[in-house]
Amino acid sequence: MAARTLYEKIWDEHLVAAPEGESAIMYVDLHLVHEVTSPQAFDGLRLGGRGVRRPDRTLATADHNVPTDPLSVPVKDPVSRRQLEALEENCEEFGITVFPRGHENQGIVHVIGPELGVTQPGMTIVCGDSHTSTHGAFAALAFGIGTSEVEHVLATQTLPQQRAKTMAVVVEGPAPEGVSAKDIVLAIVATLGTGGGAGYVVEYRGQAIRDLSMEGRMTLCNMSIEAGARAGLVAVDETTIEYLRGRPGVASGDEFERAAARWREFVSDDDAVFDQTVTLDAADLAPYITWGTNPAQVVALDGVVPDPADFSDPDVASTTQRSLTYMGLAPGTPIKEIPVDVVFIGSCTNSRIEDLRAAAGVARGHHVAPTVRALVVPGSHRVKRQAEEEGLDQVFLAAGFEWREPGCSMCLGMNPDQLTPGQRSASTSNRNFEGRQGRGGRTHLVSPVVAAATAILGRFATSDEVSS
Amino acid sequence: MKAVRVIEGRAVPLERADVDTDQIIPSDWLKRVERTGFGRGLFSEWRDDPSFVLNDARYAGATVLVAGPRFGTGSSREHAVWALMDYGFGAVIAPSFGDIFRNNSSKQGLVIAQLDATDVEELVALIKDDPSRLVVVDVERMQVEVPASGWSRPFALEAMTRERLLNGWDDIGLTLRHEGEITSYETRTSAPTLEGIFDDAGHVVAH
Repeated sequence: MAARTLYEKIWDEHLVAAPEGESAIMYVDLHLVHEVTSPQAFDGLRLGGRGVRRPDRTLATADHNVPTDPLSVPVKDPVSRRQLEALEENCEEFGITVFPRGHENQGIVHVIGPELGVTQPGMTIVCGDSHTSTHGAFAALAFGIGTSEVEHVLATQTLPQQRAKTMAVVVEGPAPEGVSAKDIVLAIVATLGTGGGAGYVVEYRGQAIRDLSMEGRMTLCNMSIEAGARAGLVAVDETTIEYLRGRPGVASGDEFERAAARWREFVSDDDAVFDQTVTLDAADLAPYITWGTNPAQVVALDGVVPDPADFSDPDVASTTQRSLTYMGLAPGTPIKEIPVDVVFIGSCTNSRIEDLRAAAGVARGHHVAPTVRALVVPGSHRVKRQAEEEGLDQVFLAAGFEWREPGCSMCLGMNPDQLTPGQRSASTSNRNFEGRQGRGGRTHLVSPVVAAATAILGRFATSDEVSS
Repeated sequence: MKAVRVIEGRAVPLERADVDTDQIIPSDWLKRVERTGFGRGLFSEWRDDPSFVLNDARYAGATVLVAGPRFGTGSSREHAVWALMDYGFGAVIAPSFGDIFRNNSSKQGLVIAQLDATDVEELVALIKDDPSRLVVVDVERMQVEVPASGWSRPFALEAMTRERLLNGWDDIGLTLRHEGEITSYETRTSAPTLEGIFDDAGHVVAH
């Protein structure tokens, strides 16, 4: 058989039918469901007199809407409450396992799949959420779908699909000290642009990628969609396998070893050919931040706010001007002189235990600046419990951070955690779109250590500026 | 979905690049469990601005939206498509689109016509010159036309998407014609299921 990329291997293995003149039909191994993009799909099933084909391949959790207040506080927003109730009712009706607010396994859908071990190499995974690409860190083909497709998967456990083009993004060499997975992916999105990955499945390769922990690889794959790619992949290696060992969803003993042997096949063949290859030198990377209103508008923390006049393309110049106006920034301002109002550590990009450890490491022994509100929102109850066992909650609380209940929270402000008009945030999330964190809010995307240092100094800062 | 052969009407030029789905329909609107009524939320953060193009009376009742590159990137929310259609749009013309948005549109019958950036600029100039000029997006012939100006450009549609639009076919029904193959696949796949991992209350069952 001809050499194949990782994507092609997974694709071939999941092809149910390839009817002449029609889209191919791809099998879905795992369908993750949350409250926001599913109610209309369940309604569609009822209207069509259809059921859920494979409840045993469907798993639901509440995440987007849940308040991060103490669990004793009820959901105040009646519209949110209704949506959360609808998820539970729909799952009950169709026999789907669901983790409602407060459940021990509840959390952000892209945090719980991996931590429960139900995200596994070689699988196809879909969810009505564009950051489903996160699961690609496990060499699973995982991508976001819309509500019509959610209904389609519920009814048929398949999706009509076109085969994607393949792109290798190679980050060569070891990443310098202080450069995190978030910085790597911000550099990649800046290089590809918001549309550069459209039509492609991206496989991340190279030493800087192999050096990443699974948490780091999830951060990386999470933001594939910000470069327009529906899915990102990292090949299986021993880091993948050791992460999965002992998780609830995986087998144990000899059965685990047999599964691991199969998983090790989910790598691109040595001589596989990608449709496109983009190479970055890790030595060139630094801590990054977004300055504008799309995630490709990136600059180093040591840099300055760009000047529209620096761009020869008139469209880019006008887009830059528009972004700067919204962000309330003047060209040439040093990034590290910009004060912030809110720091958000959380989201499916950066709310895992390693992220919290990194942020706590910076915060330990310091205090949040008096002008800053700083929130830490763990990605799941499992992450929260583990962090509390390690005493990270006490580090954050002593430093003046809020320690909140898990959920998507301020990443998209569907719950009460929002920016007010004009407020500026340093956020470990994935999107700096206009109004994303609250109407008129100004979002800057950063890594967890930059977020923690920024909270302490009250302006954008790198972790080396906070003495340890 | 309803069959769609031709979208014809006034067109409104949205001269912005990177209009993500958060802009098309802000997240506050995503809490609803209904599928209708999202038109009021369309571009709601921009519509407060009297100079925003959707507030320009000359474009009232437009059925075609002409946008900048990378329209509909970001969040997978199909609510963006529901909002555009509920507002009255039947087609969107732009130089490029977000992949998930394009997919979602095809499921709902919102016609996505991708033209070269220079052609989109020409079209925008024609519309701004006379906003009353009718724009035609013809799915069957895969053409965008401004008949009063004798202007037309072809656009590409995947063959299956075109057939589905023209016939109003339901995707689930189409797939279920292959149910035998799905069942056969399920008997040979070794991909694990969730069976036995959780009890009825969703707690992990000890190994």
